[in-house]
Amino acid sequence: MGLDSGTFHENYAQDMAIFPTRLHWGSLFVFLIILFSCPLFASDRILTLLTMMGIAVISVHGLNILTGFCDQISIGHAGFMAVGGYTSAILSAKLGVPFWAALPCSALAAGIVGLLFGLPSLKIKGFYLIMATIAAHFIIIWTIIQLRGITGGPDGLAVPSPAIGGLRLSSKTNYFYLVMIIACFATLVAKNIVRTRAGRAFIAIRDNDLAAEVMGISLWTYKLQAFFIGCVYAGVAGALLIHYFSFASTDQFPFFDSVWYLGMLIVGGMGSTTGAIFGAVALRLLDELVTMVGPVLSAAVAPQAAASLALMSHGVIIIIFLIFEPRGLYHRWEMIKSYFRLWPFSHQE
Amino acid sequence: MTFFLQLVVTGLAQGMVYALIAIGFVIILKCSEVFNIAQGHFVLIGGYLGYTFLVTFGLPVWAALGMAIATAIVMGLIIERLILRPLLGEPVLAVIMATIALATILGGLATLLWGGEYRPYHGLLPIISLKIGAVSLPSESLIGLIVSVICVALLMLLFRYTKIGLAMRATAEDLQVVQSLGIRATTVYAVSWIIACVVAVIGGILLGGVSGAHIELANIGIKTFAVVLLGGVNSIGGAIVAGIILGMLENVAAGYLDPLLPGGGLAQVFPFIVMIIVLIFRPYGLFGLARIERI
Repeated sequence: MGLDSGTFHENYAQDMAIFPTRLHWGSLFVFLIILFSCPLFASDRILTLLTMMGIAVISVHGLNILTGFCDQISIGHAGFMAVGGYTSAILSAKLGVPFWAALPCSALAAGIVGLLFGLPSLKIKGFYLIMATIAAHFIIIWTIIQLRGITGGPDGLAVPSPAIGGLRLSSKTNYFYLVMIIACFATLVAKNIVRTRAGRAFIAIRDNDLAAEVMGISLWTYKLQAFFIGCVYAGVAGALLIHYFSFASTDQFPFFDSVWYLGMLIVGGMGSTTGAIFGAVALRLLDELVTMVGPVLSAAVAPQAAASLALMSHGVIIIIFLIFEPRGLYHRWEMIKSYFRLWPFSHQE
Repeated sequence: MTFFLQLVVTGLAQGMVYALIAIGFVIILKCSEVFNIAQGHFVLIGGYLGYTFLVTFGLPVWAALGMAIATAIVMGLIIERLILRPLLGEPVLAVIMATIALATILGGLATLLWGGEYRPYHGLLPIISLKIGAVSLPSESLIGLIVSVICVALLMLLFRYTKIGLAMRATAEDLQVVQSLGIRATTVYAVSWIIACVVAVIGGILLGGVSGAHIELANIGIKTFAVVLLGGVNSIGGAIVAGIILGMLENVAAGYLDPLLPGGGLAQVFPFIVMIIVLIFRPYGLFGLARIERI
């Protein structure tokens, strides 16, 4: 990471700081002020979009720790979200557990299921692990439909709107604040997890798992830890998604969502907390664009054009990023920043 | 007993469908180490191409088949050149995501061009139906069986005796050696994608001719990975054996266990359960090569 000229680090704490200069702190505060004042001027539609982005950001942070930092590729993330979502839904709908207590429970439940499906990762990797996580997605969704007595099966489950103490969170504004606070907290935790011993172990496993093992990093411990942390994030995101709609259904967690979360990671940039945010925001914006353009296209070309566009746009975007910018938007953003920092004597690498 | 036999025979039909999709998958994997998630979608496109050439254009069967194969060759070339070649040497995740993206693009294309609807074209292909005792043998399984066996025989000859086939096997073994011998690896990759597309399109037309082309053909593709893993990812024969085993197991399990389960639908998830079990206990499958990792 480049710094402005004239900035020097004199001790370790300065070197490790996430926000090394006043300018960084200042831009963070400006961003947070703008974000949290959104409900004052944004329309309902934009607020919904931002809330959905927040939920996606939480989910992608989890996937980033699992896939971006530890290289345990998971295409079952929507399945783990479903575990969290349904845990929270059942606790609050059937047992009357308050929202603030149901949320940690859903995170824990998703984490434990993640551990279970993380077990094959100790023996297999790459393509085989992808297959195992795809299988995990389908098995989870099937199990939810099977447990008709408690989950409502294919009919879904109505969930009471969440409240913390006396504060009802059913309004869009209140829910926006809830999601954004959790998303900011999740980002902070995600950023710091990768700076701990565990995070460095994840990166060592990603770069070369055999070498990591030889150095004394227990693959058993850290791969399962990565699965647990990643799925805890998924569980929180799933619970927030369910409560936003006040309804739990397996249709909210389709298989292709699992793929798109990975797509968000690729578009944003693997192994970067900022990249995860970029990716989630970018693909959600693309979704929004598709829902706007779709009906126009349907009217102009053919009735099925909208559905087709939704499928093809995602596929094309991911392929374009894989071929032309495999390091994602985050890398592009860093290049733009360094261009302006070095201007007018810039020479691009 | 009749119930059991009927389940086995239905499973055989299902298994042949799996096997047809799995063969194409294994060919690409054998030559270029690419796990092609989009194989099921190739079959889907094949099914719809059959509808277009046979019904919309009204071509005779042989001409339609020829046109479909020509289209498949072009499709394979384009896909390899535009999507896979720029990603040569990229990590496994990038390549797999590219093929998943390819799958969604093909799915979107099928939705756009054919509306993703059910398009039957019965009666254009010969329907053979056998009845042994009380068990009726559906024509899917017979046609599937015949075509799979022919495909495998041709492919085995190709891989054993032709120059390009040997080059393909060598490329799978060691890219650097092949390049130093003056074999164009890119040609080998292109040929492998073309073969996979052609096999898939033929399979798609046969399936479409029996049960009609519909978007569900692609979903079968996802289940096929269980077949590929069970058979061993680099064994063509294994793909067929595993396809038959899994198709039968799935039907028998669903036939006997579904009444016991409240929600049913075990057939939908059974391949994935098999997949997890195979991955935990025998990741290289029944006939695959065990990979030994060295530092």
